[in-house]
Amino acid sequence: MFPLPKNKVKIIKSLCKGCGYCIEFCPKNVFERSTELNEKGVTLPEIVRGDECISCGLCVMLCPDFAITMEENPDE
Amino acid sequence: MTEQIDYYLEDYLRMDRLPHIWCAGCGLGIILKSYVQALYELEYDLDKIVTVSGIGCAGRASGYVNTDAFHTTHGRALPFATGISTSNTDIKPVVISGDGDLFAIGGNHLIHAARRNINMLVICSNNFNYGMTGAQYGPTTPRDMRTPTSPYGNIENPFNLVSLVSSAGATMVSRWTVFHVNQLKNSIKKGLTKNGFSFIEVLSPCTTGYGRLNKMSPIDMMRDLRDTCKIRKVHPTEATIEPGKEVIIGDFVDIEKPTYADVLDQLTRRSTE
Repeated sequence: MFPLPKNKVKIIKSLCKGCGYCIEFCPKNVFERSTELNEKGVTLPEIVRGDECISCGLCVMLCPDFAITMEENPDE
Repeated sequence: MTEQIDYYLEDYLRMDRLPHIWCAGCGLGIILKSYVQALYELEYDLDKIVTVSGIGCAGRASGYVNTDAFHTTHGRALPFATGISTSNTDIKPVVISGDGDLFAIGGNHLIHAARRNINMLVICSNNFNYGMTGAQYGPTTPRDMRTPTSPYGNIENPFNLVSLVSSAGATMVSRWTVFHVNQLKNSIKKGLTKNGFSFIEVLSPCTTGYGRLNKMSPIDMMRDLRDTCKIRKVHPTEATIEPGKEVIIGDFVDIEKPTYADVLDQLTRRSTE
């Protein structure tokens, strides 16, 4: 296995508009639609398979609402 | 929004203005993100850049970036950018605008800015309709597509933007989609560092207007961009957009020519000697 840079995906809930691009286009299917709502009534995505994230950054680039960011994983 | 948002591009964006006004799934957010990411990766001096935008949904882009910005009159983003570029040659104007603003009302300004080879980067968001006014058909709507003003299908031929701009004399012409974000970001980086008229057409989904009328959800439109767009090296005249056929994307033109500012500088020196 390659030593991949392990970053953690984080969703900024107040900016999400619920388009679902992160759920659809993540190559590792890290996201899934949750039942949680934000203050605007948007059904938010949630991170269910965070361990499988390869830190490709596609969700960060594809999110039209600047609502996904990467932060360094403190466990690594 | 009173809460402090921790985002890695907060030096390049006006975080107090977010969330932006664009619809859920709109490609303009991805275009703005690619532009801001390119500035972030190049560590571009924000005092040496001006973001100019026209009218329309894409016109709002200048309000969200932390550079100097112009929100100009309809179709006249390029004349403003021409003035910036020729009056201060240190500053690079970046025009982010829609197809209706750049090619319908501002079409003449665009071909003449390309002909003069003015040093600027033009990012054109092509969403195939006039999104803000209610998704009417425009000069880029492909044949047979439905809009509120063409409910039985559009009968007009659309512009081939890359062919139009390259024949007008642009030094860099590319076409990408909002699905090809990394290629788009690299193209923007190349356009920011290039001295000359650079044009990037970005195919972008209009989810609320065009998508709803043509029975496509935001995800369907993105899948469509992923499946129908192919990267090929062809002549710009062959890169037409027709429904049911593959759309050719990629870099079309990359040449070097003296810019308007260079030629003007030479003329000024020659005449004052």
